[in-house]
Order: sequence, then C-alpha cells, then structure tokens
Amino acid sequence: MHAIVGTVPVEDFPLVAGEASLAGNEFLIQDYKALVNRGTPALIAAAIKAGEVVGLPAPYCYLVGDIGRGDGSRRLYEFLTTHIGEFDFETITFHYLQPDVHWHNRVLEILNNRMPRPRLIADAGFMYAAKMSGRSLEYDLFTPDVGELAFLADEEAPHPFYTRGFILHEESKVPELIQRAYDHGNAARHLLVKGERDYISSREGIREIIDHPSEEAMEVIGGTGDTVTGIVAALISTGMEIVDAARIAAKTNRLAGYYARPTAATQVMEILPHIPRALEEVLHEKQRLDAEGESPSMESSSISPGMTVLDVIKRYRHTESVFKKYDEKAGECICCNALFEPLENMAAHYDLNLDELLAELEESILIDA
Amino acid sequence: MSFFNVFKRKQQDMYPGEAMCDRGLLIFENTSEVILAERVLKAKDWNIRVMGPPPEIRSGCDLVIEIPLIEELNILRSLQKEGVLPREVVPVTSPLLQPVDLFKVKYIDRYLMVRAANMKLTIDLETSIIVNVSGGGCPDVPYLAQEMVGRKLMEAPSPREIGHTLCGYALQLAYEEVISKCMQ
Repeated sequence: MHAIVGTVPVEDFPLVAGEASLAGNEFLIQDYKALVNRGTPALIAAAIKAGEVVGLPAPYCYLVGDIGRGDGSRRLYEFLTTHIGEFDFETITFHYLQPDVHWHNRVLEILNNRMPRPRLIADAGFMYAAKMSGRSLEYDLFTPDVGELAFLADEEAPHPFYTRGFILHEESKVPELIQRAYDHGNAARHLLVKGERDYISSREGIREIIDHPSEEAMEVIGGTGDTVTGIVAALISTGMEIVDAARIAAKTNRLAGYYARPTAATQVMEILPHIPRALEEVLHEKQRLDAEGESPSMESSSISPGMTVLDVIKRYRHTESVFKKYDEKAGECICCNALFEPLENMAAHYDLNLDELLAELEESILIDA
Repeated sequence: MSFFNVFKRKQQDMYPGEAMCDRGLLIFENTSEVILAERVLKAKDWNIRVMGPPPEIRSGCDLVIEIPLIEELNILRSLQKEGVLPREVVPVTSPLLQPVDLFKVKYIDRYLMVRAANMKLTIDLETSIIVNVSGGGCPDVPYLAQEMVGRKLMEAPSPREIGHTLCGYALQLAYEEVISKCMQ
C-alpha cells in the first residue's frame, strides 16, 4: 500500500483521506474531485496510471485544500500526527505542503518509529522542510529539479528564493551540486534530479544519467516534475530498487512527453494519457535487457524510437553504418535527409521496419562494446 | 498579548536543531514602525515575535519582527495595506543572505521562458498569453498557475496580488522580468 500526502489548489477542498481514482481529467476521492493539471493532483494521476501498468492498487491519499496560506497544510500536518500510523504503508510520498520544520519533524518522528519503516519520498514543499530540518538523509528519495538541487546544495539557504548566486543552478553544474548537497548532509539517500538530463545518484555518486528522448518544451510545462515523482513512487511501491525505479520513471516521463508532441504551451493533462504506453515500452526494454544479461550503463545504452538519427549517431558513432545500410531501402541518404527526425518518424516516412532497425542498431552497439 | 509581553512568550516544543531555521526577520527603519507592524500582524493571527536583531544586521537599539519566512509575501501584503513596509526581509539563520537576483531567459520557438530561483513563467510572444507556470514547491504555486495560465500577461493577476509564499515571490520576479523583456 502506498500513500501520497499533499494539497489541492482549491481553497475550500476539505481534509480527506482515502483511495483516489481517475475519471477523465479529474481525480476523485470520497465525494470530491479536482483537475489533475498540476501539483499533487498531477502526481496522483501519474501514480495511478503507472500503477495500472504494474498492477498496483490505487494510492491512499491524504489531501487538503491550500492556496498558499498554509492553513490547510497545518491542519493536514496535525491530522497526520494522529492518523498516518493507522496503516502499514510500504511507501509514502510527501509533496506540496507549506514548508514547516516543526510539523515536518513531528510527522517524521512518528514514521521513524514505525516497524517496518516505510520508504519515504519527498518533493516540493515537504522536501524544502526536510532540508531545512537537517534531516534529509532520513529520506529514501528526493526528486528536485535543478533549481531545487541548487537550494539543497546551498547549506545556508532556507528556501530556493535565497539560494546564493555563486551556487548557480545550471545544468552543467549538476554533478558538483549533487556532491555539495551530500557533503553538507542535505540530500536524501537517493536523488532523482529532473532536468535536461535526469541524474540519479546516491551518496556513492551518480548512478545513472537519462537524457533521451529529449523535448526542449518539457522544461517549461508545469507538472512534468510532479508526474515523474508520481511514476517513481508507484514503481518503488512495487518493491523495485530505487535506482531502477528512478531510471524507469525518468525514461517513462520523457517518452510520454515525446508522444504528446509538446510545445511550450502544452499542459500536463495532455501528457498523462501517454504514461501507460511509455511505461510499458520502458519495462519491455528492461525485461529484454534483463533476459540478455545486460545491465544498463551509466549513460543508458538503449535506443528508443523517440531519439533522432543525430542523437543515435552522436552517441554511437559506429551506428552510422547501419543507417547507410538502410539508404538503399529508403531510396536516399538517411543521414543527409532525415538527420533531425526521430527514428519512429524516419522509419514511417521511408516505410522501414522500425523494430528491425532498432534491433540492428542495438546489435551494432553490443558488437562495438 | 501586549507588545512587551511578546518577549516572555515560550517557543513551541522543538526538536533538536529545528530552532529558527524556517523563520525570517522584518527589518524596519524605526521602532515605531515595528510597533505598528506588530499590531497589524498580531491582529491577523500571524505567529510572530518582536526581538533584538542579530549582530550582523544590528544598527543600534533597534528591534526586528520574526516571522514564518515562507509566508513572506502574504505578510508583506498585509503590511502594505497599512502602509508599514519593512526596509528588508532576511532569513534568521543567515541574515546576510539576499534574494536570488539571477534570471535564466530562454526562447523556445515563439515562447519566452524566464526562471527566477525555482520558478518559471512562460508566455506566448505572439499573443502575450501565459502558457505555463512551473517549478516551486509551496502550495500557492499550483494555485497561481491555475489563476494565471491562459490569461494575457497584463490581464492576469500578478503573483504579488494573489501569491502567499516565497515561491510566489520568486514567480513575481519572473513575472516582472517577462514584462520587462516584452517592453524592450
């Protein structure tokens, strides 16, 4: 059983606890519903969609309306201190709550006394409170974006708003920021850092980097960070190892984004329906690698239909010969005319068998390795 | 509770190391402003206290008001209505820290994204419609997104008007930077 704790951006949404379900673009809990377009509702929707693929029951949710005044959050914190111990949750995910160190500590103390102790995931406001309290290492996973990672890395900052300028939140500095966050005890046991490249790390160092498919617009779409947290929460709740779950969630979120053909104006509700297909594909790829005795390298070696021809050649130079081989079938030079096309589109355009092409590309990588 | 009794108030039961780490200080020009601000905030049931400033920012026999830092934006709005704005707001634990003042600006096709701290605001440059609000972790972020997305930049409510937290404040900075970019 897994739990999700967060807020709904509706002022009069009451404090509720129970199983959530989806109906179109809304989630339902008891007699209440809300749009799943952002925040904790988007996280819940992603967790439900991912859970459907892996056979996980719907999450048990603790929710309250809060538009930023903190009144709802404080009522929920208080409720948690008396009720969260009523169930044996394997995993609990904390999300958009007004950061409040005192109440955070009271809730964490109760969970630390549970046997067995649930696995704890924190994102958004609750992650801020966890960092401010100096108790980050008591968490199993944080899921910050790059700006929030800079906040975790800045041992002085009480909120991302006060992150010092010399700790720049730039993609190129992510490994350095991860190290700094661990050095000061301000990172959870695992981090899934969401950005142009997704970094999965533990105290021992960076474990995985996921960077494809890559859709530039995903960075600005509100809620895409919430969906990846929802997916990873569902996967961890199945008992999956955290690094595996984080890798699969990051890939799934990227692939779902790719299938939605996003622009900067796309809303996360348009991406959510693609999560099941994306997750099925990523799990299928994992099964295949497991069957072949392969373990994903730090720079994931798999090729997905969403990668462009250029992505593939740039990463695996020798795959150019595979594309050359297909030039004849295509009737023209693929690298000259379709370099920026995703493999999926390119194969459809030239009427090529995508599965065969992917298999040949993968094979050429293995041979080279 | 009177102005002077606030010094006697006990702190909530705390866990080790939790003292003050999510609190901020309002710094005013003079003590009479402190007294007025305290009255305004007490009347609204804010969990605040008046205290002496830490050495780093002490300038004499002055006083400061300690507040829940996350709710800075909401508190400032209450004070603004009464015409008693502080000179500065700083975190208790590191009073020399300044709010983030670096922006990341990115153009994606016909869209402009500005990031301030952990908050991003994106508009369609052709229509001036706000198309996305992302980042942030305080509960007013999803609310602000709900109220602002889909509206024209100059017709949407500003984060300063309807936000409540430091995330809302960061979004206000991004919002002002977007306006400034659009006017260039």
